[in-house]
Amino acid sequence: MRILVTIKTALRALRRNKMRSVLTALGIIIGVGAVIAMVGIGNGAKAQIEAQIASLGQNVILIFSGSITRTGVHSGHGGAGTLTVDDAEAIRREIPGVSGVSPELRSAAQVAAGNQNWLPQILGEGPDYFEIRQWPLVDGAPFTPLDVRGATKVAVIGKTTAQQLFGDESPIGQIVRIKNVPFTIVGLLSSKGLSVMGSDQDDVVIVPYTSAMKRILGSTTLRSIMVQAADATQLPVVQQQLTELLRQRHRIQPGRDDDFTVRGQQDIAEMATAQSKTMTVLLGAIASVSLIVGGIGIMNIMLVSVTERTREIGIRMAVGAHGRDILLQFLTEAITLSSIGGVIGIATGVGVSKALSAIAGWPTLISATPIVVAFFFSAAVGIFFGFYPARKASKLDPIDALRYE
Amino acid sequence: MNAVIKLDDIRKTYHTGEVEVLAVRGVSLEIHRGEFVAIMGASGSGKSTLMNILGCLDRPTGGRYSLDGTDVSQLNTDELADIRNQKIGFVFQGFNLLSRTSALENVELPMLYARQHMHSHELREKALHALGVVSLSDRADHHPSQLSGGQQQRVAIARALVNQPALVLADEPTGNLDSRTSIEIMGVFQQLNDSGITIVMVTHEPDIARFTRRNVVMSDGRVVSDIPVTDRLFAGPELERLQALLDPALQTS
Repeated sequence: MRILVTIKTALRALRRNKMRSVLTALGIIIGVGAVIAMVGIGNGAKAQIEAQIASLGQNVILIFSGSITRTGVHSGHGGAGTLTVDDAEAIRREIPGVSGVSPELRSAAQVAAGNQNWLPQILGEGPDYFEIRQWPLVDGAPFTPLDVRGATKVAVIGKTTAQQLFGDESPIGQIVRIKNVPFTIVGLLSSKGLSVMGSDQDDVVIVPYTSAMKRILGSTTLRSIMVQAADATQLPVVQQQLTELLRQRHRIQPGRDDDFTVRGQQDIAEMATAQSKTMTVLLGAIASVSLIVGGIGIMNIMLVSVTERTREIGIRMAVGAHGRDILLQFLTEAITLSSIGGVIGIATGVGVSKALSAIAGWPTLISATPIVVAFFFSAAVGIFFGFYPARKASKLDPIDALRYE
Repeated sequence: MNAVIKLDDIRKTYHTGEVEVLAVRGVSLEIHRGEFVAIMGASGSGKSTLMNILGCLDRPTGGRYSLDGTDVSQLNTDELADIRNQKIGFVFQGFNLLSRTSALENVELPMLYARQHMHSHELREKALHALGVVSLSDRADHHPSQLSGGQQQRVAIARALVNQPALVLADEPTGNLDSRTSIEIMGVFQQLNDSGITIVMVTHEPDIARFTRRNVVMSDGRVVSDIPVTDRLFAGPELERLQALLDPALQTS
């Protein structure tokens, strides 16, 4: 077993030049550590986004007025005001797989309570909204279909808004003025945290959509309609039926573009995860550069080592070492450096991720795949960058090597 | 049949750019088991090239070389490495020991590259035995930097002997040593030769060549003289004579 001897020889050579070995491995440690930490951050962000998408509610389909045309010209969702309350009623009436419908309006408006001012999102919604989004109240009660019918001046407010306007006082029964129209607060929502896009979902005042149309915005059309399918398997069918129903109601000729946009939750999720995936890949790519730089460091040191030990190589060859014994010896050194660097780098990367989570509050997610990949990649870096110097050593002529000063 | 080395019209030509250098121009030589031969010559005489060919470090460009019954002139590099490992022990002018490696491990080195695997205790046993032959058992754990030149050369000799080669090749083995240590080393060689080991040594010092049994002189890539040594020197008496010369000098100083 010459291989065992070769490995032993290589390890001993590394031990002999401790400082040099440590510094060389440091290149790989930093590279692997950076990859692990960066991928951890990217995956953490992805997991957070996925959780936020789940917080949107289950089996949700959003219909926006306005369209993305086939020619690529985008008139913007909610721009053209093509959706009406009647459309929403028709959906509820005519599509069997639908379990909830909420017509929606949205605006940012000045809100005042006492001497406090705030600028939250004003949402006009149907009573189904709280059910669809699985958003329970912590105090009070949601508005009712009766409130919708009467366009009552009642509001449900989010945690952040309540905090800003009333501090720690209970907001229930208090009056807020939205664009100078007084609304009575009937309910306080539980906290939902950040949205997919990073905005504070708790900074809202939710009023019946009829009240929003008549009393605040003076609008006759809707921005969007939120629809919930009863069951995930029915989503594509419901989505199809929605589109057909609305085209029919809006009298759109076959071949013409829709004047509305239907977005399944899946689409939103895909868009958001595609973004975070891009980020993960980008971070990983940047980190990989440092791993390659580490590999070049190994190559550099191995080349120095081969030159320095030319005479040793000559002696080994003179007493019967084959070229491949020498090749293996130097390759083993390179691989050992890079894999030890890899293992320490993995530990460092995991540590850095945990530290970032703890100190900066960034969500990080360490999974087995990047760890295994990073380890084998670092070993591969050793083979790749160690091969050239090792081959150079193995091709030395013993006579020249012995004479080398 | 008893020839350890059989050279038949060995030639070596180097091509350096346009110029052809005829380093060895047809050497035929037989060296038998138990011989102790000195190859002599001025620098540029081709003796080093011949030595490299004898040591299977280099291949001749012409002629046949048979070592211990094997024709080695056409072997590839790996086969030559195995031949060096099994049949040849090298002793160099600059000792060529691995630094920061104990004497014992230096002696073990050729066995590490042997075709058959040996257990570490077996390696140690054989290496210790070889060190015993050159009377250095007590220095087994010393590193080369902790040994004198003569001791280092004796470690190198032990390394050359450890695989029980058919031939020990020594290239200017006394070149880096003072005269007294040189004689001691020649004493080691004479002792080994007396026990039946074949030794070929390259040297340019006629005094050192007189410790061998046969002198081959080269010039311009050819053998110009090949004669047995008639006025042979022996290490024991020579050391005594040197001591006798030095003692009065030491007393007066």
